Amino acid sequence: MSEAILDQVTQGEYKYGFSSDIETDIIPIGLSEEVVRLISAKKNEPEWMLEFRLKAYRHWITMEMPTWAHLNIPEIDYQSIAYYAAPRKNAPKSLDEVDPELLKTFEKLGIPLHERMALSGIAVDAVMDSISVKTTFKESLNEMGIIFCSFSDAVEHHPDLVQKYMASVVPYTDNFYATLNSAVFSDGSFVYIPKGVRCPMELSTYFRINAMNTGQFERTLIIADDDSYVSYLEGCTAPMRDENQLHAAIVEIVALKNAQVKYSTVQNWYPGDKNGKGGIFNFVTKRGICKGENSKISWTQVETGSAITWKYPSCILLGDNSSAEFYSVAVTNHHQQADTGTKMQHIGKNTRSHILSKGISAGQGQNSYRGLVKVNKNAENSRNYSQCDSLLLGDKCGAHTFPYMEVNNDSSVVEHEATTSKINEDQIFYCNQRGISTEDAVGLIVNGYAKEVLNQLPMEFAVEAQKLLQITLEGSVG
Amino acid sequence: MLEIKNLHANINGKEILKGLDLVVRPGEIHAIMGPNGAGKSTLASVLSGNQAFEVTKGDVTFYGKNLLEMLPEDRSREGIFLSFQYPVEIPGVSMVNFMRTALNEHRKYNKLEPMSATDFLRTMREKKELVEMDSNLANRSVNEGFSGGEKKKNEIFQMAMLDPRLAILDETDSGLDIDALRIVANGVNKLKRTDNATILITHYQRLLDYIVPDFVHVLYDGRIVKTGGKELALELEDKGYDWIKKEVDGE
Ligand SMILES: Nc1ncnc2c1ncn2[C@@H]1O[C@H](COP(=O)(O)OP(=O)(O)OP(=O)(O)O)[C@@H](O)[C@H]1O
Ligand SMILES: [Mg+2]
Repeated sequence: MSEAILDQVTQGEYKYGFSSDIETDIIPIGLSEEVVRLISAKKNEPEWMLEFRLKAYRHWITMEMPTWAHLNIPEIDYQSIAYYAAPRKNAPKSLDEVDPELLKTFEKLGIPLHERMALSGIAVDAVMDSISVKTTFKESLNEMGIIFCSFSDAVEHHPDLVQKYMASVVPYTDNFYATLNSAVFSDGSFVYIPKGVRCPMELSTYFRINAMNTGQFERTLIIADDDSYVSYLEGCTAPMRDENQLHAAIVEIVALKNAQVKYSTVQNWYPGDKNGKGGIFNFVTKRGICKGENSKISWTQVETGSAITWKYPSCILLGDNSSAEFYSVAVTNHHQQADTGTKMQHIGKNTRSHILSKGISAGQGQNSYRGLVKVNKNAENSRNYSQCDSLLLGDKCGAHTFPYMEVNNDSSVVEHEATTSKINEDQIFYCNQRGISTEDAVGLIVNGYAKEVLNQLPMEFAVEAQKLLQITLEGSVG
Repeated sequence: MLEIKNLHANINGKEILKGLDLVVRPGEIHAIMGPNGAGKSTLASVLSGNQAFEVTKGDVTFYGKNLLEMLPEDRSREGIFLSFQYPVEIPGVSMVNFMRTALNEHRKYNKLEPMSATDFLRTMREKKELVEMDSNLANRSVNEGFSGGEKKKNEIFQMAMLDPRLAILDETDSGLDIDALRIVANGVNKLKRTDNATILITHYQRLLDYIVPDFVHVLYDGRIVKTGGKELALELEDKGYDWIKKEVDGE
């Protein structure tokens, strides 16, 4: 495809790049046991929480950054990052108490924080820098026994649930970034759906990094009790800054007997500029466990942002007859790099997993799918089907697939298919000849390619995601 | 409506069109014939704005507007339609979505509101019948896995949807079975009006039995070297191109 067309379509600007002038409480940069204690103290945490953090910190200092991913990660100085930043006026009782600048920020981002926006049918937890700013619909959900609050609130008001499930899916020793998160995590969302309850609305957390030189380390824990259902959405953006910022989050999902959890992400952290300057390092550990029989966890992700993405939303299929899905669209443009995929671990009998990964590379973007499907000896009659497609726009970008399979019994079937395709000039010209501009043509083709994944998203998000894909690739064809 | 004067065009530095002249008026059907490699498809590409070709000399106006300055999508919206000799496949993009996007872009250009979903689906149905297109094809991705003949039918279907002022059909007849040829030709005839025109690029007189041209041109070595009526096509079928080549090369 000719460079001119490619450039035109992939040179779009990041439109969430503004920063807000909000009074922020930031602790000095650097990481030490004192800093961990300070974070815990700032949050008035109970002793057990501090103990957990310290255990993690002491383990972390013995660890090294993983290097196995197909990524070129510049040296990160963990002592030059501030590990806690919070909008000064936190924990407001009502909207009137929220810093108006902050409300403006979320409004600009299109996040409904007003309950009167009930029409949108989404309950939102908004997290700015390290702190949960406002959770909507809390009370109406409470009436059904659903807990949807910030992680800090959960530590304070539901310590039993937090202690029982926190780190039960991602142990603090799991990996370098998860361990770091366990030591310094600031806030995040907590969800508990009681037995037999079908959560009537989408729950959503919106993450925003605002402060400079800070890392964002949030932690999300979702517990779906027997026979319950919840659909959860996560969105994120950050201002344009010249330096890289670290985002190392943990998401844990526990699905008990017959429970279903659908987790959707539209990740649009600042990707850096055209020349690869700045952008978020998105090093995230997401894992769910289908703990009870017949339970189901479904991950859907649309990854358009971040300078570097290192992320493998995974599932442990422990309960018999449980199932898991992973649907992913990952776009890398300009100098973005992504190494993403999933891990499906079949332990229970008759377990099913389905993987559909769609990579899109433009500019000099590098996109890797990395997946592991492991079927244990006792996971009889299990099945996995994986499909990994790559779409290339231009010839300076790259797509790579690293599927690993390990099947330890004879009754299970694991299948993998992969394709690579390229948008070519003839396709674009064909669209042009029918009256469709080059940019719209790329949008059509890319959205057509990603359709099966986008269809998994809740309606409102699917439309947003479609636009986002197109914007991300704006200027990439020319 | 279309005036081509002394058109020269290159691809990869090689001159293909070497001073081509042609005038097309509303209501006319022009057949362009000529040996392989003469530049027929090149002419179609240049008129529709394919950037692979570089125009080095000459003028083309369409209803008085300078066509060569327009983006390909604007040429389409102005009413130029090209039925491709080799239609491309666009996996993942449904015919419905593709056609709706195209049609609404045309409407927007003409300052019309987008067509409602019901009107659009009704129009699709009507036009599908016109080319006797299998309903299933319209539910598939653009040309993906279509047979050669189905692709050609699909081109005429799109033409019917977009209702162009000037249609350029590049060997739409090749690869069609006898029935399909009749259906496609009927479609073209039904779409014909006094205010639109057609350029038919073909190798076979057979098509001209169905679609009767007002003019037959011979394109050879980048130029129109001979123009006649319908009978010229018969003569070419009979005698081939050698006598024309001799006439031209002997000049
Ligand atoms: N991309 C290209 N690079 C180099 N030469 C090209 C290219 N495209 C076309 N040509 C050349 O231009 C000349 C004209 O080609 P064109 O396709 O216009 O011929 P045509 O008259 O349509 O022939 P046919 O009857 O076989 O369809 C041919 O010699 C062809 O090889
Ligand atoms: Mg040709």
